[in-house]
Amino acid sequence: MDSAVIDVLLAVLGGAIRLGTPFLFVSLGECLTEKAGRVNLGLEGVLVFSAMAGFAGSYLSGQWWLGVLLASASGAAIALLHGLMCSLPRVNDIAAGIAIMLFGAGLAFYLGKPYIQPQAEQIPSLPFGVWLGADPASPLAQALNVNALFPVGVVLAVLMAWGLANTGWGLRVRMVGDSADAARALGTPVNAVRVAATTAGGFIAGLGGASLSLYFPGIWSEALSSGQGLIAVALVIFARWQPLRCLWAALLFGGAGALGPALQAVGVSGHHHLFNAMPYVLTLAILVWACTPRRALQGAPAELGVIR
Amino acid sequence: MAPEAGTLRADRRPCPRCASDDCQTMNLRDTAESLALPALALAGGLLLFGVFVWADGHDPVQVWRLLFLGAFGDAFSLQNTLLQAAPLMLTALCVALPARAGLTVIGGEGALVLGGLACAALPMLVSLPAGAAGTALLLVAAMSAGAVWIALAGWLRQWRGVNETISSLLLGFVAIALFKHLVEGVLRDPASLNKPSTPPLHEALHIGTLPGTDVHWGLAFGLAGCLLAAFWLHATTHGFATRVVGGNPRAAQLVGLPAARLVVLACAFGGAAAGLAGGIEVAAVHHSANASLIVGLGYTGILVSFVARHHPLAIVPVAILFGGFLAAGSLLQRRMGLPDASVQVLMGFCFVLVLASEALRGRLGELFALHKPPVGARPGATAT
Repeated sequence: MDSAVIDVLLAVLGGAIRLGTPFLFVSLGECLTEKAGRVNLGLEGVLVFSAMAGFAGSYLSGQWWLGVLLASASGAAIALLHGLMCSLPRVNDIAAGIAIMLFGAGLAFYLGKPYIQPQAEQIPSLPFGVWLGADPASPLAQALNVNALFPVGVVLAVLMAWGLANTGWGLRVRMVGDSADAARALGTPVNAVRVAATTAGGFIAGLGGASLSLYFPGIWSEALSSGQGLIAVALVIFARWQPLRCLWAALLFGGAGALGPALQAVGVSGHHHLFNAMPYVLTLAILVWACTPRRALQGAPAELGVIR
Repeated sequence: MAPEAGTLRADRRPCPRCASDDCQTMNLRDTAESLALPALALAGGLLLFGVFVWADGHDPVQVWRLLFLGAFGDAFSLQNTLLQAAPLMLTALCVALPARAGLTVIGGEGALVLGGLACAALPMLVSLPAGAAGTALLLVAAMSAGAVWIALAGWLRQWRGVNETISSLLLGFVAIALFKHLVEGVLRDPASLNKPSTPPLHEALHIGTLPGTDVHWGLAFGLAGCLLAAFWLHATTHGFATRVVGGNPRAAQLVGLPAARLVVLACAFGGAAAGLAGGIEVAAVHHSANASLIVGLGYTGILVSFVARHHPLAIVPVAILFGGFLAAGSLLQRRMGLPDASVQVLMGFCFVLVLASEALRGRLGELFALHKPPVGARPGATAT
């Protein structure tokens, strides 16, 4: 019995990293976008499209890193479209996000049709467990076989936290997000900064798409994302717009997603649809807990009127 | 930035000619613009889609022709179009009604799926009278299920300030998981081997076709739903109060309107419409609840409502247009070998352009020089 509990815990740990990586990238991308004062619900569409593009890139070229690059570039392109749309007068960023969500998914399903069957060159995994001296066959080593993009995400989270707080670029992004009037008074082009932040956010989210289609589950299918991009958007609220907290939140959500399969592996089964719904329920619970109806949320960029 | 507020526009500008806030010319121009902008955007969407399929190596003219033929070419495709349009009218209401109360709800798919499930599950739980009374009970169950689901998103917004766009979509995913869990579990008909389904509805409970056609009564329900919603919004005090809450929450608070109740109720009405759509799909088309119900009708309804600018009467023609595109999709697939997602791509282009076209509002006349404002009277750009 004890070993079963340990197996479940190890599987959850491994799953937290494996499933949390896409959450990490999308939430970092959304965090950057929202710091500049815009909401990009379209990251769901970005995630689906970049997963397809990454898979196609890796499949066609045989090089996983080309796939990753293509995923990021296409993510940036779609986010750029969102950024430009939102810069038009009278265009609401929530509505634009919904449009991009459906647009990105439709485009990905159309272009991704030929890639549903084949296998593509995968992102390599880093055997942290073996480096730490564990037996390569042990569950611990298995759990610590980590997507090579995950350390990139961790570094990115640290870099973003530092950059937002300590660089001129970071200051501009935060200023545009906190007071567009102040930014205008200082001659900072508000829309340009926001479009740039949105595009960079899409680039980062594209890495999440690549992790989905090129690491876990490592295939391209139309049901690949099913709302993970949107969960990541909610996760940013939970993380109070702090990149480092996005990291912990992403791991928490990855763990929640891994709980179902882990329990199934030790014989608790029959409810896999309900377990698959766990991340959604957890997100809702966390939103209920983290939001307040009356005042602005702590840490929220002031220009972010709508994400309550 | 407040969501689209229908006809209550805070940024209406005075007429450049007579300087009145509410003159006939201005109102006419507004209406003409509200028709012209989406029409232009849809034309642009079709054009871009043509370029897209051309880049993919297909003949765009042939694609456009098939889109039209598959949608409105003959009596058969027209009936097919109306069959597709019926649920779209109802799922679009699930976006439009909350939108008029100021909420952007996109979880219609979940309400539809639960409505279908409730409709299929009710006969397993209680014995129903045969005939119209039994069918009515089925549809009431479907509407209640949908209403509860969307009202939940509205209530979370009112109670905790949870963003309803995110919560309604997440609730939609939860609903689909619940649906699959039950349909593949306790509600499963043991006879459904390859495709898990609930036991088929008794024939006496089916919804039949309109006399003389192959179109089922769902179309009548869709039309009635849109008419009823328009009546409620524009001809009742309650509907007016809802629009005030959606247009200007502060003003609504000042005059003492029960904003929270109105918002949750508008969400419940919208959810009921989407749930009804699911119930009708089960009672008239599939005759049991299974995965065929989850085909994205709720998502297409979002687009329909946005194109119709959340106006219930405008939803009817827009739903028929997009129903036509859906109906033509299979023709594109068969004749030209396009992927089944091609209609989704077309809709994506349309959605992006419809939103972007709002930027032209108030400038369309100037663009085509229909109405030249006198020099010096041109109003400045409004704050957004």
